Formats: sequence, C-alpha cells, structure tokens
Amino acid sequence: MSEVKLGGLSKTFDDTVAVDDVTMTIPNGAFVTLLGPTGAGKTTILRLIAGLERPDQGDVTIGGRSVVNDTPAQRNVAMVFQQYSLYPHLTVRDNLAFPLRSPLLKTPEEEIDRKVLEVAEVLRISHKLGNKATNLSGGEMQRVSIGRALLRDPSIYLMDEPLSSLDAKLRSDLRIELKRIQENLGATLLYVTHDQIEAMTMATHVGVLDNGRLVQFGTPREIYENPVNLYVAGRLGQPRINVLPADLFAGAPTGAKSIGLRPEHIAQGEGKASRVKRVEHLGDQTRLHLSLDGHDIVTLSEHHTTIEPGDTVAIQPRNPLFFDASGARIA
Amino acid sequence: MSSYSITEPSSRQKWVAGSLVIFYAVITLLPLVWILTTGFKSPVDAIAYPPKVMFEPSLEGYVNLFTTRTRVSQEQLEALPPPATWYEEIVRNRDMVIAGPSRYGERFLNSVIIGFGSTFLSVFLGTLAAYAFSRFKVPLKDDLLFFILSTRMMPPIAVAIPIFLMFRTLGLSDTHLGMILLYTAVNISLAVWLLKGFIDEIPREYEEAALIDGYTRFQAFYKVVLPQAATGIASTAIFCLIFSWNEYAFAVLLTSGTAQTAPPFIPTIIGVGGQDWPAVAAGATLFLVPVMVFTILLRKHLLRGITFGAVRK
Ligand SMILES: Nc1ncnc2c1ncn2[C@@H]1O[C@H](COP(=O)(O)OP(=O)(O)OP(=O)(O)O)[C@@H](O)[C@H]1O
Ligand SMILES: [Mg+2]
Repeated sequence: MSEVKLGGLSKTFDDTVAVDDVTMTIPNGAFVTLLGPTGAGKTTILRLIAGLERPDQGDVTIGGRSVVNDTPAQRNVAMVFQQYSLYPHLTVRDNLAFPLRSPLLKTPEEEIDRKVLEVAEVLRISHKLGNKATNLSGGEMQRVSIGRALLRDPSIYLMDEPLSSLDAKLRSDLRIELKRIQENLGATLLYVTHDQIEAMTMATHVGVLDNGRLVQFGTPREIYENPVNLYVAGRLGQPRINVLPADLFAGAPTGAKSIGLRPEHIAQGEGKASRVKRVEHLGDQTRLHLSLDGHDIVTLSEHHTTIEPGDTVAIQPRNPLFFDASGARIA
Repeated sequence: MSSYSITEPSSRQKWVAGSLVIFYAVITLLPLVWILTTGFKSPVDAIAYPPKVMFEPSLEGYVNLFTTRTRVSQEQLEALPPPATWYEEIVRNRDMVIAGPSRYGERFLNSVIIGFGSTFLSVFLGTLAAYAFSRFKVPLKDDLLFFILSTRMMPPIAVAIPIFLMFRTLGLSDTHLGMILLYTAVNISLAVWLLKGFIDEIPREYEEAALIDGYTRFQAFYKVVLPQAATGIASTAIFCLIFSWNEYAFAVLLTSGTAQTAPPFIPTIIGVGGQDWPAVAAGATLFLVPVMVFTILLRKHLLRGITFGAVRK
C-alpha cells in the first residue's frame, strides 16, 4: 500500500474537459470517496490512475514514484469497473483467479484455490463459483468483481460505484464488510459513489468533483458541515439543503446572496410563520414541506408529529450557511 | 383454445412455417441429391431417359474417378490372371484394365492445402488487422478501411490478366503459395470487415481489466479478446473457406499441374473415355465433404455469425 498523489492532472476528450487540473493526495491507508454528478470525471480520474488513459497534463505518483509512463500492469493497482467487469467466457472461479494467474503474480494453484474460497466466502458467492460469469445477477457480478480486486495486494484499490446494483440490505452488509477489510489490510482505496451513506460512513476523506474540477477535499464531516460553496453543500444531506434568498431572514452578513439551511439549521417554534404543505412519513424520517413567502423549504420533524398540512409552523435559522453571488461560502 | 404467447408460435403457425421450410429445402437440395445418386449409377443409368429414380447402385463412378484405364481386346483380357480386387473386376467388366491412379487425389489434396491455407492466413491476418482498427488510433483509419473494402468492389476476375502476368513474372503460377496468397488477398477484405464488427462489439473494459490484472496487451488480446471473438472467427473462416474452396476462374487460369485444385479438374474427367457422368458426380460429391464437415463442426457459431451485429448473447 502506498500514498498516491495526483498533481495538476488534466484530461480532455475531443472538446469535453473530463478532468481539469486536479491535485489531490490520497494518504497511505486512506479510504477516499469521490463524489460528483454524472459526467463529473470520476471514472476518468480512476482510469488515469490505473494507466488506462494518458493525462494531457500533470503527474500521478504512487509511493513517491511517478508512474505516468508505466503500463497498467507496472502500476500494480486493482480496479473494480463500473460495468462489464467480468470475463464472460470464464467461470466465476476463473474470473477470481485471473489476476492471481497473471505473469506478474504466477500464484501456485493450491494457494489460488484457498484465496478464492476465502474471498468468495466473505462476499457470499461461494455457491456460484462454478457458474459462467454471464449467468449471474447484476449484484452477484459486482461482488465477483470486488472479489477479484480484493484477491490482490495492490498499491491502491480503485472502485467505481461497486455497490450500485445491490439491494439495500446487501449493500449495507457489504459496506460494513468492505470497510472492515480495508481497515484490516490497511488498504488505500479510492472509491466512487453517488450514495451519501457510503461516502459519509466509509470514507476518511471525500473529494467533491464539479465538471472535472476538484472543488473540495476533506473529511466527510468537513464536507458536510463546512462546504466551500453551494455546489458542495448540495452534494450531501437528505433532504437536500434548502437554498433561499439571504434577506428572507434578518442577520445575513454583508455580501450574502443566499442562505443555506439544512434541517438542523432550522429551529422550529419561533420566528417567521410558514405554512405546512405536506407531511411525508418515510419510515426513518418525517419530512415537512413548508412554504415561506412563496419559497419551498423541506425540513425534518420528530417522528410522531401531530403537524398536519395547512398548519402553521414558525421557523428561524440556527447557525446557517451563507453564500455570495458566485455561490462561494462566506459564513 | 390455448392462451396467446409471444414466444411460442401456435401449432398452425408452426405447421405453415415448417412446410415452407421443407418445401424450400427440397427445391435447393434436389440438385445435390441428383449429384449424390448419379455418383452411384452405372453410366447407362446415369443418362437414361426418363431419368431413373430407382437403380442398382454401382461404385463404377468412384472407381473411374480414382483410376485411369486402358481398353484391351478380348484375347488380352482372357490372357490376364483373374482380377485381384473388387475394383479391378468392375473395370474388367468394361473390357478395360487399370493403368494407374488418376490425379483426383492430388487435386483434392491441393484444394485442401490451398483452401485451408488461405482461410487460415485470411483469418489470422484479418483478426490482427481488425483488432488494430477496432482498438487503436490508426492514422487514416476510415480511408484504409474503405480501401480494404474497395478491393471487393469489382469481381476479382476483372484483374485476371494483370495477376496472370504478375504471377508469371514472380514465378507464382501454378504454385500452392501463389494460390494461397491470391485467395487470401481476395478474402482478407471480407475477413477484416466481418471481424472488426465482432471485435467492436466486445467492450474494451475486458481487456482493460486484464491489463490492470497484470497481463500484457498481447496476453489480454489472446486470453480475453480471442475467446470472445471465437464466434466471429469461426463464421469468417467458413465464409473464407467456401470462397477459396469453390473458386473456379482463377484456378483454371493460374493452375494446370502441380497446384491445380479440384474445381478445374473435375470437368476434365468427362473427357476420359466417353461421357463419364457417374465419375464427375462422384468427384463433385467428395468435393462437397470437407466444407460440409467444416461447416457442421462450426455450425453453432455460424448462426450467430450470419446475424452478426443484430443479436447479442
Ligand atoms: N473515451 C471518452 N471519449 C470521449 N469522452 C469521454 C470519454 N470518457 C469520458 N468522456 C467524457 O468525459 C466526461 C467525464 O466522464 P466520466 O466517465 O469520468 O464521468 P463520471 O463522473 O464517471 O460519470 P458517471 O457518474 O456517469 O459514471 C463526460 O462528459 C464523458 O462524456
Ligand atoms: Mg463513471
């Protein structure tokens, strides 16, 4: 395992700027999550590190050594692809054994058998080892490709939305399992996800991408509590942060254009009166859809609330976030 | 009434479709059946009118195909020791003796060498070229692909004379190598285009995964791309083999002895000792066998090959 550094990394396809001057350090043993909407350049960053794409500019170093001129094999990284990851002409067992049989590793067959069984056990695919890779469900395929990566001992694991096609239960089980494995191995991991829970619970660091640029890099809490701009603030939080004109409430700092209110920034009981439009019981949370001077606000309420549509709730901000006209955070 | 299903045709639909297929099969197979049966007829039965459907089978055609014979007088025939083999007996019944083997075996072997040789070479080179066109940034890719295809935009025989002169100058006339190269040149454009279609369909991620898993580009090609292109390779091979196996015009023009293939040879059988239709039919029947066996062996790939691009596994 090693520290991986990206220095001023850029990549353009035809006229799409996929990755724009990204500088980032993935510390040894860190679990780094990349967040960003579709097309933000997450996959491209993984491919640049793996050596599947050549950067237009910038450098990738693994363990202090520049690898931009190395082949993917020489870089010794393991990658879980977003799709099409299993070799369709091989069985699950052979898929898992494939990297171990490479000219690089040339593992003895008994050891391969042992390791394959072990990882299949963890990922709960032991009963599918004899299957053709094409005869698996989407979730099983993803687990096999995670297994194929875990069987190796690379400088860094690159995972591109590896849990995206699993059901909620399996997803949360594997999330915990993956985190446990990563901690046990002390593995360095770069992980792409759209899932907030994955980003918040597994990551030691989160990188937020916008149109190929890295807009913020920090711990999950920093990203959540201290977003540098509106864009980052909108990436985390369920329900999403409410963005309203700053002058809606008194006390906005000078230059503030908008105010960002997460549910925990909204104190109920005092302040301006808002009308309840809808109450949503989601099971684990109860959401209130409010209307304040024509602006929609979504916040949370306690579980057994008696508030009903048509009621009036007084609200006021509590340590909210303020942003200027360009969206940058000012307080 | 059975319920309506989109996957299972009704029994009436099956009956109609089945009859149509059988009707078409009978029409196309009739000439083949005719060739097959003629090969086992006696020369008299072969030209009987009205044509004989029932006849006494005879191996005379096959014996004549593989032998050359000379006519002898009745006295000479009686002076000979009794025939040692069944085929000698068949020949003696026609007042002839076997003078030696015919050239059919050699010609057949030439067809095998040239047909399979050029098929192998076309598919081998075609796969490499198709892979490169599919995966790498080749300068002038589209122009090159068009050029490759354009070699098939006129009938190859249209350039027969330049090729004839070229082969004479290079000493390739009537050689196995010459014919293999020629058929490869004709087949390669088909091979490149067909195979490129197949390889384009294989997602790059598979090779990329192999590269990351520690394999070289060539190993990834060999272990990951080739097995998945097997269908395409098999069907391309069948198309190439069928062309070079059946090719007649160039074979007549460029081969006469050493490298002559079966197609130009079979018609010459007619001239030997009258109109020997059973021998011609026997030659044609045997000539069908290799392509048929090859096709049957690769049959499961062919169906997907013909509909290439249209269906996915
Ligand atoms: N090989 C390529 N050729 C041309 N454009 C590409 C290529 N690969 C990526 N792009 C473009 O680069 C941008 C970033 O793509 P990338 O795949 O990195 O996005 P992503 O963040 O992984 O998105 P998603 O969440 O949908 O997977 C996109 O606009 C995409 O269209
Ligand atoms: Mg992606």
